[in-house]
Formats: sequence, C-alpha cells, structure tokens
Amino acid sequence: MSALAVNWRRLRESDLVHYYKRDKVAIAASAVFLILALMALFCPLIAPFDPYDLTQIDLLDSELPPVWLHGGDPRFLLGTDDQGRDLWSTILYGMRVSLLIGICAVLLQAAIGIVVGLFSGYVGGRVDNILMRIADVQLSFSTLMVAIIVLAIVKNAFGGETYSNWAMLILILVIGIAEWPQIARTVRSSVLAEKKKEYVDAARVMGFGPIRIMFKHILPNCLSPIFVIATVQIANAIITEAALSFLGLGMPVTEPSLGSLISIGKEYLYSGSWWITLIPGGFLVVIVIAINLMGDFLRDVFNPRLYKG
Amino acid sequence: MTQFLLKRVIQAALVMFIISLFCFSIQGTLGDPTRELAAQSMSVEERANLRESLGLNDPLPVQYGRFVKRALKGDLGTSYFFKEPTLTVILKKLPATLELSFAASLIIIFVSIPLGVFSAINPRHWFSRLVMAVSVIGISIPVFLTALALIFVFSINLGWMPSFGRGEIVEVWGYWSTNFASWDGIVHIILPAISLSSIMLPLFIRLVRAEMLEVLSSEYVKFARAKGLPPMPVYLKHALKNTMLPVITVGGVQIGIMVAYTILTESVFQWPGMGFMFLEAVNRSDIPLITAYIMFVGFLFVVVNTLVDLLYGVINPQVDLVGRRQ
Repeated sequence: MSALAVNWRRLRESDLVHYYKRDKVAIAASAVFLILALMALFCPLIAPFDPYDLTQIDLLDSELPPVWLHGGDPRFLLGTDDQGRDLWSTILYGMRVSLLIGICAVLLQAAIGIVVGLFSGYVGGRVDNILMRIADVQLSFSTLMVAIIVLAIVKNAFGGETYSNWAMLILILVIGIAEWPQIARTVRSSVLAEKKKEYVDAARVMGFGPIRIMFKHILPNCLSPIFVIATVQIANAIITEAALSFLGLGMPVTEPSLGSLISIGKEYLYSGSWWITLIPGGFLVVIVIAINLMGDFLRDVFNPRLYKG
Repeated sequence: MTQFLLKRVIQAALVMFIISLFCFSIQGTLGDPTRELAAQSMSVEERANLRESLGLNDPLPVQYGRFVKRALKGDLGTSYFFKEPTLTVILKKLPATLELSFAASLIIIFVSIPLGVFSAINPRHWFSRLVMAVSVIGISIPVFLTALALIFVFSINLGWMPSFGRGEIVEVWGYWSTNFASWDGIVHIILPAISLSSIMLPLFIRLVRAEMLEVLSSEYVKFARAKGLPPMPVYLKHALKNTMLPVITVGGVQIGIMVAYTILTESVFQWPGMGFMFLEAVNRSDIPLITAYIMFVGFLFVVVNTLVDLLYGVINPQVDLVGRRQ
C-alpha cells in the first residue's frame, strides 16, 4: 500500500471521522461553513457586480429593497445599499474580507502563542513566570478594549486616508497580537503534561537540543487542543473585527467587511431600509455559529472527559 | 497574606506604570499643545518661547515625571473640545455608564442563575436543551447586532421603547444623575441594558450550569439527599452556595470586560456615557481626553482585577496565594 493510501485509511478509521459521521450538528455546521467559505473565496465569479468598481454603481439605484418586497428590482437579489451597490455582491466580498482577517489573525495568534507557550512550558522557571504574568495581565484587559484603543491611536496618528489603505493589515496585526495569551496558555499546559513523558527524556538522552525537542517532538503532541482553541478564536476574531469596523475603526466603507456593512446600514434602519443592516448581520451570525459549533465538536472529540453522554 | 497583598500591589503598580508610559508617549507624539493653544499669527519665536514655558524642551524623563505628578493629583490635562479638565468630563459621564452596567448586571444575575440551576438539575428536560442551544446562538451574535435588532423590533416596528439617549434623568446629591428615579428613565435604560447583558448571559448560564453539575455530583450533596432531605432545599441551600464562589470571581473579571462592550452599546443607543464620549473624542482627535480615558479605564481594570484576586484568596482558602513551590 502506498503512503497516501495508508494515511487515508488512518484518517478514515480515526476517532475524529467516526464521531463526525455520527454528529449531525457537526456535519451541518461544517457544510454551512464550507459553502459560505467557498462562496466568499470565489466571490468574483459568483457576484453579479463588482462592489469595488465605481463605474458599476449608480446612485439612482440606492436603497432598493430585496426582490421579494414591494419595489424590489430583479437585478438586485437582496436589494442595494445607500450608494446603490448590489447588497448580495457586497456581502460576498465582505464575507471574504471578514474571513480573511479572522483566519490570518488567528494564524498570527497561533504563531506567537505556540512559540511563547512552548518556551514557557519547556524552559519553565523564571521565564515561565514572567511570560505567564504578562499573559495574565493582557487577558485581564479585554481584547476588544485593547484593540479599540490601539486602533483609535493608530487612526489618529496616520490620518483617515492612510489608515483605510492599510486597514486590513492593521486589523490582522492588532487582533493577532491582542489575543496571543489564549493560545499560549493552552500550549503551555499541554507542554507541561508532555514534558514529563518518557519520549522527551529519550530525545534528551540522545543529545537533541531543546529547540528540536520543543518543535519536533513536543509540539506534534499538543496539536489537538491548539486546533480546538484556534477554531473558536476564528469566530472571536471575526466578531472582534466586525465590532471594530462597526465603530468605524476597521475596514473603510469602500471595501466593507460584514461589520462595516452593518454600520453603514444602521443610519438607514430608521427610514425603514432594514435589509442593509440585518441581512449582512444574518450572514455574520450564521458564519460565527457554524464555526462555534465546529469548535464545540472538536472540543468534545479531543477531550473525552467532557464528552456529553 | 501580606506577602500576597504586596505582590499584587506591586504588579498593579507596574501595570499602571506601563499604561502611564503608553499614555505619555501618545501625548508626546500625537498632540502638539502649542498648535492647539497658539494663534495662527504667532511667530516662530513666540512659539518657541511657549514651548519653553510649557516645559516641552525638557528631557523626556523630566517631562514624564511631571506627567505622573499631575496625574496623581488628578490632573490629566484639559480636553480640547470641552475646554474642561478631562477628569471632570469623564466623571460627568461616569454615572451613565455605571448605571447601564449595573442594570445589565441585574439582568445577568436574575436570568442566568435560575436558568443555569434549572438546566443543571434537569439536564434532559426539553427546556434545558433549548436554553443550551440558545446560549450557543447567543454567544455568536455580536452585541451591536443584538442592539440594532432590538431597536428595529421594539422601537421602530412596535414603537414600545425609545431608541436613543437616557431620557429623563434625575440629579441626586448634586453630582450623580440617575435613570432609576423616573419612569421615562427606566424605559430608556431597558433596551441598552438587555443588549449589554446579552453578550455575557450565555457565558454565565453555562458557567452556573457547569459549576452546579459538578457540585451536584459531590459527596455532600448525595449525602444530604440520602439522608432524606427533599431535593429543592438541597439544591438551593447546599449546592447553590458552593456554586456561587467561582461565579462571583469570574463575574468580577467580566465586569471589567463589560466596560469594552459599553462602548459598542453606547454608540448604538447614543447613550451619553464614557464609551460614547471616548468614540467622539477619537473622531475629534481630542488627544488629552483619549489619554485620560485610557488612564481612567486602565486604573479601573487594575483595581477591579486586584480586588477580585484578593477576594478569591479570602473566600477560597485552598488557593495558594503566594505561589510557593511544593
């Protein structure tokens, strides 16, 4: 049997797949997430309009309701926003922005968290003490608070124009850096458990250096809790990004994420144009619920003690 | 105990030092006070004199020392927009935010404890399952969306509740303005308080449920039941008491985190509190007010967290306060 086939069989016979097949909620959640993520990824192909292209926007089309309401225009499935952009296309592009920021921010968190957690857990002693104190302090300030303050200052320092050009990168950096303690703590606690095992002693006796032991021997055994927490963190990062954009500190209205779309629409809620706010809001909630349910499923599988039975 | 106290106070002081350093550097790089104070026609020479008299040419450590000395006296600068000391501006907005947080905490306490206890006692009941399912959804809905949906349903469509502002407020003791003294004020606070509590409710319901489940499976509860005591007094008197301990400590930390969410809630409802003021200050580039807000909120966080830690040590003697090695 080839190596690929062996791996495939191992995956098929694993606990993860076994439980997944039995868990209808997990199947539904991952299906919904996959469909939304694919739609976001291929949005230029699916979307009937390009919301970033100003020539396709006509101000006369603004605030049209969705097709099933009175006054809807068949060209615009979900209606239009205040500038006459097709809401369906804008939501697809916005979803891509939200997912991209969420996933990249969590990758950054994971990178920092894994390195800090490994060192803290493996080296121990004073290093561990100091790093975990910093993590404690940072966790005690809420991420949202830290992000709001940092972004407010960055925005004031660079001015609105420059800020909107770099908004996506800044958001990823801020959300990524503000949340590293979550992953660092998880990694540290699993490292502390792994460190005492014999294979680590064996590796040490064979003369491997600490870096190699940490990354090649211990890290692969700490991956499952990292996956659980990273999944939940993606949902959190998407919500944080939406909140920041809602406050006007995130993505600019010309390149809206789901949060900035909701924020655009809030002005028009009073005049009856509820779809500009509530439809993107619905998409946001569905994505986040799907990711959270996937996270719950992973947690139940990887942590049998908690398995609901 | 004294050693622990000392350790915590030193840590708190260190954190405040970092926050103040941060604020000082923002003030130094972002806000040039001479630009705000000086007239357009001021000559370069006069401007230089002004800089000298304000002490802006002193070495940075000296300037920082002065900044701290003033901050300790409660002088955090003067707001560009309000033309008032920033601390006065913040203290004026404080009652609105505190009352909103208080109302939200009341909702959290009176909803999460009964629901959590019920779903722990009857884990297989359809209502418990519903509560757990709704709490997963609740965690996934951002607070501003809850707020907008509430406004859409209850203010715009049904017209039952006002959608912005504090309504009629009553001054108490001269410096505190309250929402709870008039019907109009109470009606105004309902929707913002529900929105603010919505973000914490699922978490607390799950926490109460998890703690209660753990306590219910403990020996002393089983013994009380075996002794023949009726179930309700055992649940409510024996079990609930020990459930509350972790709930209180987690709750204390969450109250600090709530400050961040008040910014979102206040911005949706245009609630004239600290959070709304901060956002306006950001839009107006009112640097002194921004730094004062950061200092103030940072101080609040540090005090609350230190108190919660100390409280935890007092009510739970199992915690090794000093962190000695075994």
